[in-house]
Amino acid sequence: MKQSGNILFSGVGGQGILLASELTAYAQLEAGFDVKKSEVHGMAQRGGSVEAHLRYGERVYSPLIEPGTADILVAFEILEAARYLPYLHKDSAVVVNTQKILPPAVAMGKASYPDDILDELTSRGINVVALDAFAVAREVGELRTANVAMVGAMSNFLSVHKQAFLDVIDTKVKEAFREVNKQAFELGRKLVYS
Amino acid sequence: MAFDSNDNKRWFSGNEAIARGAWEAGVQVASGYPGTPSTEIMGNLARYEGVYAEWAPNEKVGLEVTIGASFAGVRALATMKHVGLNVAADPLFTAAYTGGRGGLVVLDADDPQMHSSQNEQDNRNYAFAAKVPMLEPSDPSEAKEMLKTAFELSEELDTPVLYRITTRIAHVKGVVELRDRPEVAPGSIEKMPGKFVMLPGNARMRRIEVEKRMATARELAETLPINRVDDGDRTRGFITSGTPYNYVKEAFPEAAVLKLGMVWPLPEKMIREFADSVDELYIVEELDPFLETHIKAMGIDCHGKDLIPNQGELNSFIVRKSIDPASIGDLFEPLELPMRPPNMCAGCPHRGVFYGLSRMKDVFVSGDIGCYTLGFLPPLSAMDSCVCMGASVTIAHGMSKALGKEGEGKLVAVLGDSTFMHSGITGLLNAVYNESYATVIILDNRITAMTGHQNNPASGKNIKGEPANAINLEKLCEAVGVKRVVVVNPHDIDECRKVLKEEIASTEPSVIISRAPCVLIPEEIKRKKPVYSTNFDNCTGCTACIRLGCPAISWHPLTPEEAVERGYTKKQKGYAEITEVQCNGCGQCACLCKFDAINIREAN
Repeated sequence: MKQSGNILFSGVGGQGILLASELTAYAQLEAGFDVKKSEVHGMAQRGGSVEAHLRYGERVYSPLIEPGTADILVAFEILEAARYLPYLHKDSAVVVNTQKILPPAVAMGKASYPDDILDELTSRGINVVALDAFAVAREVGELRTANVAMVGAMSNFLSVHKQAFLDVIDTKVKEAFREVNKQAFELGRKLVYS
Repeated sequence: MAFDSNDNKRWFSGNEAIARGAWEAGVQVASGYPGTPSTEIMGNLARYEGVYAEWAPNEKVGLEVTIGASFAGVRALATMKHVGLNVAADPLFTAAYTGGRGGLVVLDADDPQMHSSQNEQDNRNYAFAAKVPMLEPSDPSEAKEMLKTAFELSEELDTPVLYRITTRIAHVKGVVELRDRPEVAPGSIEKMPGKFVMLPGNARMRRIEVEKRMATARELAETLPINRVDDGDRTRGFITSGTPYNYVKEAFPEAAVLKLGMVWPLPEKMIREFADSVDELYIVEELDPFLETHIKAMGIDCHGKDLIPNQGELNSFIVRKSIDPASIGDLFEPLELPMRPPNMCAGCPHRGVFYGLSRMKDVFVSGDIGCYTLGFLPPLSAMDSCVCMGASVTIAHGMSKALGKEGEGKLVAVLGDSTFMHSGITGLLNAVYNESYATVIILDNRITAMTGHQNNPASGKNIKGEPANAINLEKLCEAVGVKRVVVVNPHDIDECRKVLKEEIASTEPSVIISRAPCVLIPEEIKRKKPVYSTNFDNCTGCTACIRLGCPAISWHPLTPEEAVERGYTKKQKGYAEITEVQCNGCGQCACLCKFDAINIREAN
């Protein structure tokens, strides 16, 4: 069982990154790890690139992941996966949602959204797992579960038992949304296995 | 079993931990103004029983409220971001003379890297300048516990104590252990005029006390457990404090570290002994060479800013690279990608005003601090200055006096409702009194939005969301002496442009109140809103809607062949599309579309 690790979450403000990182942190805490997580608030949240750093281990001092040391990157958007390349190493796993959200310059026709940008990661030997988290969310009937589907997919790369995640959903998610979130978690988890 | 359901351990952000720490310290009164990264402290503290917490209109007011509570004999906490302490500096420097009765802690949240700030000043310098002690924790757990030491020191030394955190404490989550709150005594009136009335005769006496107290504090610093040595390899020794302590522990886990919990005044003997015990001494600190300067003044040789950057925040990588560049391996180079800066939300009412201003190229827009500062970004590009809270009004007035007749019809100040309450009012008073012709636009979205939606004196709700007196902005402006006060709906683009033209052209002081609620407040999120959709057949690719910069509208470029294939003329360069799930139904784009290509789809 891996005794320490770094998980980087990236995406666009409003995609549910904070909740996803929160569920992951609680699952690690239940497994007995010390965990630190760093977020950004304020202006950065207004539709811009958003990141959350999560580090776990026996004793964690720094809340920030060093470049070249992210073991897992959970990217909620394709461009936001590519942007964090300097944080990765050749054995990193990247779980990426295949959604594209156009940055302002692209939406205004002043720049183009790069094609096949994930190839830049795979060509460097990085293990990239792409999934359509929105398709999962649609399947369970609640669009706002896409972030939990991402957590499900990511959970395959952690030694924490899946029950820890389901327990966290039970205690941290409002009752009305628990079942759909658990379904989204399970489906996301299976997608990567298959 | 959930991690936090069975014992007293919790997973808290630094700000949640500090709120809990204040409660555990017996704080009875707290006041502050929202400011990233400090905001969530007050919001959380308001939920604890036995604590009166409030949003003040600005940091000076907040600090003075807590000085009052201290004079009444209870423990009090003021919270603010780093630039807020500039606003509150006036009461701080004299409260340093008066001291108080109940413990008084002034929480200051610095923002190295300017994640959400207009500068990255290092407020440790305030401790030196105001002659007050400053404590600095390293993580959420310590942030909670050390706060109690701060209150004890405040009472023991009869002084306000500065408590400095940074973004990487405020918004870092970690494990904390809950403790209880002691019984607290109610406040009382005790007259101490020699101590509380700072006219020169008394102040000169208190000035002497300040020096005595700082001498005592220096002695105390030598034995306080929050200043401690982590033993280790002494070939390299580190002196550090706050967040950088974590980076040193990660980058050089074997090394001996002197960790300072109290960064002012410094424990000189302890520092000397540590310096003598190591072969080479390194001072690792974010921003200014504060510790380094004072340690060098002791005649101690050390490395510091000769190696470590004095700008931006640090991390363990930067610390390692600065000291041991050879230890750094190869990294993947970043890819060239389109940037994703923050943007005003879809349906943001500010956009309507900035769109109008963006069409008035001769007008200088004096901006202010809030979400609306994003009006600076393309395609609106409608902000020409932004300095500090409230400065929009005063800078526009100053320009009007510099330009005289030349500037008439060309000067406008833009600020939000909360910023107007904070420090725009005094500027408006000046503008009326000294006869400015600049127009002031108050973007009244009913909330302090940028910091996460805190209520303010114009919101009609207090910190807990309970009904409160609401300042009437129109009447306030009229009472100040503004004769032209116009309220406009910013979503009505045509009306908004007409009002902007009229008022900016006016040569007497005028105020436009642009009134529509922020789309992110709960009432607006719940409200049933129309959803707009694009009728592609009618789109001519004129880009009028694109120029709003709404994140829900995107441009699809077309080659001449593709254009013809879609039934357009071959000259049409593309077409616009509304992403319906992102649309908040403001209708600004529909106002601008002259070709009936944007219509309301069935309301959702």
